Amino acid sequence: MSENSAFTRGWKRPPLIASPWLRWGLLIGGMVYLVLAFGTLDVNWDRVSAGLPRAQRFLGSFFPPDFTSRWEDIYIGIFESLWMTVVSTVVGIAVSIPVGLGAARNLSSRPVYLFCRGVLAVSRTFPEIILALFAVKLFGFGPFAGIIALSIATIGFYGKLLAEDIEDMDPVQAEAIKSTGASWLQWLNYSVQPQVMPRMIGLGLYRLDINFRESAVVGIVGGGGIGATLLTSFDRYEFDSAAAILLVIIGIVMLVEYSSGYIRQWVQ
Amino acid sequence: MLRIDNLTKRYKTGDTALKSVDLEIPRGQVLALIGPSGAGKSTLIRCVNRLVEPTEGKVSLDGLELTTLGTGELRRARRRMGMIFQEYALVERLSVMENVLSGRLGYVSFWRSFTRRFPQEDVTEAYRLLERVGLDHMADKRADELSGGQRQRVGICRALIQDPALLLVDEPTASLDPKTSRQIMRLICELCAERDLAAIINIHDVLLAQMFARRIVGLQLGEIVYDGDPDGLTADKLTLIYGEEDWEATIEKVDDEDDESSVEAELEAAL
Repeated sequence: MSENSAFTRGWKRPPLIASPWLRWGLLIGGMVYLVLAFGTLDVNWDRVSAGLPRAQRFLGSFFPPDFTSRWEDIYIGIFESLWMTVVSTVVGIAVSIPVGLGAARNLSSRPVYLFCRGVLAVSRTFPEIILALFAVKLFGFGPFAGIIALSIATIGFYGKLLAEDIEDMDPVQAEAIKSTGASWLQWLNYSVQPQVMPRMIGLGLYRLDINFRESAVVGIVGGGGIGATLLTSFDRYEFDSAAAILLVIIGIVMLVEYSSGYIRQWVQ
Repeated sequence: MLRIDNLTKRYKTGDTALKSVDLEIPRGQVLALIGPSGAGKSTLIRCVNRLVEPTEGKVSLDGLELTTLGTGELRRARRRMGMIFQEYALVERLSVMENVLSGRLGYVSFWRSFTRRFPQEDVTEAYRLLERVGLDHMADKRADELSGGQRQRVGICRALIQDPALLLVDEPTASLDPKTSRQIMRLICELCAERDLAAIINIHDVLLAQMFARRIVGLQLGEIVYDGDPDGLTADKLTLIYGEEDWEATIEKVDDEDDESSVEAELEAAL
């Protein structure tokens, strides 16, 4: 008898949300919202059709890209952007190491943890462009403001990921080094650092890549670098020079991308 | 040499892992600590070197009270207690040599350890130990390239290079196959005899414990329920430690242990 009932007993995967009212309510509510949201989106097709040939003309004026007539400005802007990128990445990572250590729950005491998490939360709240606006107001136009903005953004990004990587480390390896009588710094150097290093090198390179791209953005609000050059060429309707700048940015981003992939593979 | 008095550990969750445990271990004695999972074996040895802080009681090593030590003194005291772990606990991305030398961290300055410039006698000793366990040709391999048995040998070297008086060994064979388990247990016991080291070995394999240890302590729900010779471990005593079960097979096996191990060895050689 028991054998028989075992065969007839059906099975269904238990639903994620137990209450059927809530489950169906959320699903239907979500669909209604989506339909309404798309309904509210008022697309003026006349303006779209008028914009399309304009876009064509606009893009057409990008060609052929003109590297020569503004080459001096492009050259200066790119180099400014590159050193802004390197300096802000190095400064940002240097500051985010102590903050990240403090923000790892398994390493620090409760008050230190809360303080460091607070620092990270604040620096992550604002996107680079808003940080750059603040920095430009505080320190005036120029690359220094851009470096400050990018460094703060780097702290939020790198510190949080470092803290999370430390929280995910294997506690037994750390325990083993502690049991040898190692000091705190030795313990960091021998058990924490080897565990987080490969990922942190990869993320450092990734951040370098982000900072280069963002250096073009902060330049638009006065933070120096290639962004300023780009903005000037747009203002002067020199779209062929702007195209040249964009191509140089794309080239450098791709170069960083490929070399960082290669380096990451190598440090694993 | 090691003296544990009235040791009690209550975790924050309210679980009492140890209930006023008393234990005394003379120099050079290898003691096997057996008991079911959750009996408090791991907590007991971690309370000795204070990876886990005891709630009450005293632990003293050669007359030095360990439970009241400050941070710096505790570090110095930990140098005298080598620890060997179940999952080997090697730092996987460091080389074998770095793992062995990490046992000297309590003796060298931060700068020396950071630049990996350990004193020549430490390096010589590290090579000597690696040679003793048959791994001197592996010194520059990364720890995660080794097999389980090889990793545990490196773990043993790391504990021994501390020049300890006591070994705390936490389930050294739980992740190893039966043959390697015996080799590792034999190695630990030989090294203890060579260096006159005392050792507490947590182990849940009763047969291995009986084969290698001269003294067996049975822990059940945080209390010592057996303390005596391996031979005195009868079916009644095992029931006391682990609960009701048919223990006859376990006890009988002790006699034909060697035959069985040779069969295993042959099987492995054939594979």
